[in-house]
Amino acid sequence: MTINPDLKYTKSHEWVKEEDGVAVVGITDFAQDALGDVVFINLPEAGDEVVAGESFGDVESVKAVSDLLSPVSGIVQAVNEELIDAPEMLNSDPYGAWIIKVEQVNDYEELLDADDYEALCAEEG
Amino acid sequence: MKLIFEKSVPGRHSSLLPACDVPAFDLPETRQEPLELPELCENDVSRHYTQLCQRVHGVNCGFYPLGSCTMKYNPRIDEEAAALPGFTGVHPLAPADSVKGCREVCELAAKYLCEISGMDGMTFQPAAGAHGEFTGVLLIKQYHDARGDKARTKIIVPDSAHGTNPATAAMCGYDVVNVASAPDGCVDLEALKAALGPDTAGLMLTNPNTVGIFDKNILEITRLVHEAGGLCYYDGANLNAVMGHVRPGDMGFDCIHMNLHKTFATPHGGGGPGAGAVGCKEFLKEFLPKSALMEGEGHIQVRGFAGNFLVVVRALAYLMTLGKEGVPEASTNAVLNANYLMEKIKGSFTPAFDRVCMHEFVLDLSEFKKETGVSALDVAKSLIDNGMHPPTMYFPLIVHEALMLEPTETESRETLDEAAEIFRKLYDLAHTDPEYMHHAPHHAQIGRPDEVAAARNPIVRWVKA
Repeated sequence: MTINPDLKYTKSHEWVKEEDGVAVVGITDFAQDALGDVVFINLPEAGDEVVAGESFGDVESVKAVSDLLSPVSGIVQAVNEELIDAPEMLNSDPYGAWIIKVEQVNDYEELLDADDYEALCAEEG
Repeated sequence: MKLIFEKSVPGRHSSLLPACDVPAFDLPETRQEPLELPELCENDVSRHYTQLCQRVHGVNCGFYPLGSCTMKYNPRIDEEAAALPGFTGVHPLAPADSVKGCREVCELAAKYLCEISGMDGMTFQPAAGAHGEFTGVLLIKQYHDARGDKARTKIIVPDSAHGTNPATAAMCGYDVVNVASAPDGCVDLEALKAALGPDTAGLMLTNPNTVGIFDKNILEITRLVHEAGGLCYYDGANLNAVMGHVRPGDMGFDCIHMNLHKTFATPHGGGGPGAGAVGCKEFLKEFLPKSALMEGEGHIQVRGFAGNFLVVVRALAYLMTLGKEGVPEASTNAVLNANYLMEKIKGSFTPAFDRVCMHEFVLDLSEFKKETGVSALDVAKSLIDNGMHPPTMYFPLIVHEALMLEPTETESRETLDEAAEIFRKLYDLAHTDPEYMHHAPHHAQIGRPDEVAAARNPIVRWVKA
């Protein structure tokens, strides 16, 4: 299982990276492994409001449907529409397959750095 | 195996229809393109369906401990009752005074089910469980709306609930608030208190819950919800564990659905038809949907005519053959069987909650998987090779590597002993030859279908080549 040292993480296994005031959000390698093969994704639309700690969409794997929780509050600037046709990218490249980009970020969920996130995964694994 | 359409031979047919004895009538509009119905003779059809029967595992073939589904054996007498021509030959639009027998069935079944559930009114309109939930939560919504109470936007659902509960609440336009379970598998009272407020429309709860535990705080839970101004909805999925012993109405619930097909014996699991009877307390009766076969005006209709009426006939036949003593005895035996099997399996696999269970129990195979590399899925697939239907897998979600077993009351001690022995054998096999189990089943018609491809690229319709 890989953890990217340059990212921040939520306790609910999303990653977030800030680029020029825009927060890029995805799910972690740990999350995709626990989910199993992802077969569907429900995404918000650009312009939607997201709230830190609340659901902004969901992913469905062969095992279950799971909410995606937003690490930040703000406005959705863009969604990765490639994932609609190829949700398996979340499995094959979890840190490359971003899900949404959020602008006007005004609040954060409690975020962990790579070391703390690794410890959390070890605990849950 | 070929589809029946692929077995079709142009021009082949059966002479099943009698000669026409009424004047022919031309329809005003006729279909232009052919129907593409399969053309087969009677024995082709008979062999096709017999072959299909032989390729599946049903309660008539063997043990079927599919947790949460109550796959009990359904007595033949209930089928016989439902096949009586007085019931099967009724036209849905027949005038009320010509179907008095059918009305009597509904009224009597409603009376018995009200007695069992502790409710005051009953409808047989909903077609199955989830439809019943939808109807029940609409009752709650209608109650608040009728009082002009528009601030109630949230339905509370514990995290051990069936997926249909949050889906129902969302379909009814509510926001879903998930409440975590306490370590003992019951509702966490503090989490519940924190979730309750003036925006609470209601609570949806299954008791005993999905891990087979009767919530000891149930009276406190329903009291707290009522105190906040919400109503309590009882998901009757697990009623088989308590019928005749304790009534949802006495636990403080205001409305309920019962899966008649599940708890009261209609063959199920193949997609229906079922019946999700909805019961409610006196103050909600005015909102019940109306039915073609029941007294009173009612509100709206949630399904055509009288719902799946023949399932009600089976339920009534079941209740009348079991009687006042038999109904609680069935529950007692369902609970006894689950506990017996859990105790027997305990020597090898580990229950998720090591305490007396109700009608079902959950095994937690996460340690076992770490130790052997064999997953709950591998064990489930290996059970198929041993002539047993696998338990429910990976549910509830609060237990990792879960296997959920519900033996039901209709299984003998010999069957349970045999099942426990199979589990013990597989436990040993996982330690000596895990590879073999990774590739199970070895003797089934279909091994491991590609679920991922099926979900990503579903082919749900046959198209002529």
